[in-house]
Amino acid sequence: MRTPRFVVVLAATLAVAGCEKKQQGAPAQGGAGAAAGAAKAGGDTILLGHVGSMSGNEATFGASTDNGIRLALEEQNAKGGVKGKKLALKTLDNQGKPEESAVAATRLVTEDHVSVLLGEVASSRSLAMAPIADTYKVPMISPSSTNPRVTKDGQKTRPYVFRVCFIDPFQGTVMAKFARDTMKISRVAVLRDVGNDYSVGLADYFSAKFKELGGQIVADQSYKAGDQDFKAQLTAIRGRNPEAIYVPGYYTDVALIARQVRELGMKQPLMGGDGWDSAKLYEIAQGALDGSYFSNHYSHENPSPVIQDFVRRYKERFGEVPDGLAAMGYDAARVAIDAMNRAPDLSGAAIRDAIEQTKNFDGVTGTISIDQDHNAVKAAVVLAIRDNTAKYAATINP
Amino acid sequence: MTEFLQHLVNGVSLGTIYALIALGYTMVYGVLKLINFAHGDVYMVGAFSGFYLANALGVARAPSLWKAFVVFVVSMMICALLGMVIERFAYRPLRRRARLTALITAIGVSFLLEYGFQLPSIPGLGIPFPPGPTPRFFPQPFQTVGWQPFGVYVSNYDVISFVVAVALMLALQYVVFKTRFGTAMRAVSFDSQVAGLMGINVNRVIAGTFALGSALAAAAALLFAGSRPKIDPLMGLTLGLKAFVAAVFGGIGNVPGAMVGGLLLGLAEEYVAGYTVSSYRDGIAFAFLIIVLLVRPEGLFGRVRAEKV
Amino acid sequence: MTPARAFGRSLLPFAIGLPVLVVLQGSLRGSASIILMAAGINVILAVSLNVVNGFTGQFSLGHAGFAAVGAYTAAKITTGLADVQIVGLPVGLSDELIFAAALAAGMVNAAIAGLVVGMPSLRLRGDYLAIVTLGFNEIIRVIIENTPFLGQATGISGLPARTNVLWVGMGIIATVCMAVRLAESTHGRALLAIREDEIAAEAMGVDTTGYKVRAFMISAAFAGLAGGLLVHLIQLCTPRSFTFVKSIEIVAMVVLGGMGSVTGSIVAALTLSLSLEGLRGVQQYRMVLYSLMLIVLMLVRPEGIFGTREIWDLLPRVFRRRGAPPPGTAEPGTGSGGKLA
Repeated sequence: MRTPRFVVVLAATLAVAGCEKKQQGAPAQGGAGAAAGAAKAGGDTILLGHVGSMSGNEATFGASTDNGIRLALEEQNAKGGVKGKKLALKTLDNQGKPEESAVAATRLVTEDHVSVLLGEVASSRSLAMAPIADTYKVPMISPSSTNPRVTKDGQKTRPYVFRVCFIDPFQGTVMAKFARDTMKISRVAVLRDVGNDYSVGLADYFSAKFKELGGQIVADQSYKAGDQDFKAQLTAIRGRNPEAIYVPGYYTDVALIARQVRELGMKQPLMGGDGWDSAKLYEIAQGALDGSYFSNHYSHENPSPVIQDFVRRYKERFGEVPDGLAAMGYDAARVAIDAMNRAPDLSGAAIRDAIEQTKNFDGVTGTISIDQDHNAVKAAVVLAIRDNTAKYAATINP
Repeated sequence: MTEFLQHLVNGVSLGTIYALIALGYTMVYGVLKLINFAHGDVYMVGAFSGFYLANALGVARAPSLWKAFVVFVVSMMICALLGMVIERFAYRPLRRRARLTALITAIGVSFLLEYGFQLPSIPGLGIPFPPGPTPRFFPQPFQTVGWQPFGVYVSNYDVISFVVAVALMLALQYVVFKTRFGTAMRAVSFDSQVAGLMGINVNRVIAGTFALGSALAAAAALLFAGSRPKIDPLMGLTLGLKAFVAAVFGGIGNVPGAMVGGLLLGLAEEYVAGYTVSSYRDGIAFAFLIIVLLVRPEGLFGRVRAEKV
Repeated sequence: MTPARAFGRSLLPFAIGLPVLVVLQGSLRGSASIILMAAGINVILAVSLNVVNGFTGQFSLGHAGFAAVGAYTAAKITTGLADVQIVGLPVGLSDELIFAAALAAGMVNAAIAGLVVGMPSLRLRGDYLAIVTLGFNEIIRVIIENTPFLGQATGISGLPARTNVLWVGMGIIATVCMAVRLAESTHGRALLAIREDEIAAEAMGVDTTGYKVRAFMISAAFAGLAGGLLVHLIQLCTPRSFTFVKSIEIVAMVVLGGMGSVTGSIVAALTLSLSLEGLRGVQQYRMVLYSLMLIVLMLVRPEGIFGTREIWDLLPRVFRRRGAPPPGTAEPGTGSGGKLA
């Protein structure tokens, strides 16, 4: 009895494994020749690839970005696509892991021959994709990886890697300037997400600039994304009596932090970065963030038709207010589309050159120009939260 | 001094939650010698059942105490049922097998719940289920009211959650040590084969244990979500891990041990994060645990069992 | 057997494997190559963990932590020596030698970490050991996140792309040879004795703690190797690659393959890695299907795909090696791993 059953299971599992191998082997053989060359657009569609965290603990960011990209593609298709061809999107999940991002990016590039690679949210995953974009000469646009190293390979700029978001040094500096010049405060506590490169980067650059401007960092505490209880750190911060608390994290955690700040009887304003931008922040914080400030790419109040149309159409399509990551995904896809329209042909090198020449592109998240380091140069706005909504407070130019 | 007392309040409020979840781990371990990896996710399901029930009853629009009570009790019942289902289909078929086998199905169930709840909602269901990865706001049954005796901030949620948690633990203590079911449970935990020979329905006792532990996890989830109203499908991951640590710390398989273990872990974390470098919070909590285990390998309250050849 | 012959015999698998790997290296491109390498690294992790969890019956939940130690050591060395060329050697060969040295250093450091963790904690039993190793995994992560020298949360980027099919293949051969030969050695018998009945083993004069610590160190060293290979594959070394979820995934591979079966670990690691890869296209449903597969496979075949047996135990007797019957199959009827009530 034991052996037959055993053999059946073994055969089944080997069959599964065998099939997988075959599946992946077949396109790879064909891809061997084409991989090194430019991405070939098959037939009358242009395929774009997105590597995102569709599952795992950052799935909510991956899903938003994917929605933003989809919206941009659908709009362009309604206008007739690019060069008479329809746009299509293939998204591969990376479960929030760097090594899976590398595999997913390789698959998109060598099996599906995507013209442009979009992704990832977190810098540590974009960093795993960047060498692949360079190796196979496929342009990659990261919607929201803010670490300066993403577009850099040592000292030199990675030729095929771009981004449409701020980099940490700029955004950290913006808030430090705003705190000193406009809020006129000199004692700030920092609460950072120690496992998140975005948060650590912002916190470091903020602290450096703030001290340089004559301010004082009275406490530097950390939490881990997914924590539910922050009262230990906040109680310690309360003992130092700061004038404001800088919390450069994602809205998923910041809303709870804000509530617990108020529950501990602290009246100080909080300050943060573009990771705050989401309707969920206000829904969960329930007014706890009133009086706080954060830096962002754009303001929902801005009457610009690009922004208002985007917000309206996103709501129609997905039934929710877009968060910052959706807007970044939308812009990344539109910068790619714009470059494909301008490029003489759809080879990787041509698209790359066109992206590099992007100047004053009118995006949702600001007027985007790509600089020589392949970063987006755009102004930051500082938003003030009043009556549980964000109001425009100031614009700070790079 | 104010800061010290504030940490004490925070630590106790966190520790009671750890303790409630740790009880589920420890009871299941007691009867099955199995680390129920899916327990943290049962906790998550508890929070979401509360979320759906509260929305159905309209707690956000018209909060009232009896609605909160209904949500509380029904969520506990849903989770008790879920616990029994998991036991019946994922663990019972493997009971006579090597222990690590059931551990893998436990991991499988845990992944299934976590990633299943991250799926996009089924259209046409009327409620957003599965909830998807975006965090949800947990509707609050009543307004937060705070007091500040001696500069130490205490909210009504802290008080209620502490009182309810202690009441539940006392009730559990009564069930385990004073009722026939509890006696049967302890007998199964001591030696399930002999307990079976004595006429105890081992299957029913184990199912009951799962129901009890899961109901406590749901209670913990609702108490926790009341004051920290953000719920998402992975909320049980870290908390479950910490509660498991608390259970081992108190001596796994030991009911009072889990309560003390949870409370001590909450306090230890609180003071470590408050008075040292908070970025080492998790690391120091684990280091502390390791040292305790090295000095007292059976946990704080665990009994040293003579090993028989 | 003379020492020279023994040495020759241990080189034999490499000699056979090398031409195959060179051909694979030359023929595989793009995604096929990276998918196979990622799966191969999982094979190394699973087989090395099998030494502790399978052979010895100890329950370690911190394997990714040891991989992290190896990975960071190797990454630091290759980035630090990126501009260095060994005198008198061409650039390519010098780079490969530096990489080999970095991997070796990673293995040594991981083994030392194994010793540090193993010495005190292997006195603990079962689940307590699990929690200590898990705690160690978390402590490693916390230390990395707080050390600017190790790049904190972002990690070390810009590693040279050194890992290729050849390196991974050699790593697998080394790990599998180690495991198979260990199982057949005196040392391995002692480990199996500890798994089957620790008290009896101790009564028979087996230095249980000593053997366990050594098994732990060997296992950790090969985890370090896998870590070193992984980070030079994706050219990035971050703490996100070595979380306790990763450790759990490796444990799942070992148990699914069959505790103590080297073949089982290989088959399970390949099956799980490749089917996860095959399911990548279905987005969010991927992990749901994966978890269902895990549950169903375990329910259908509770002792793991291979139980404690190896693939050659299934071949007709004539093909088997001469000498003692393979380990773990002394009593085919009752040998399924770890009879823990």
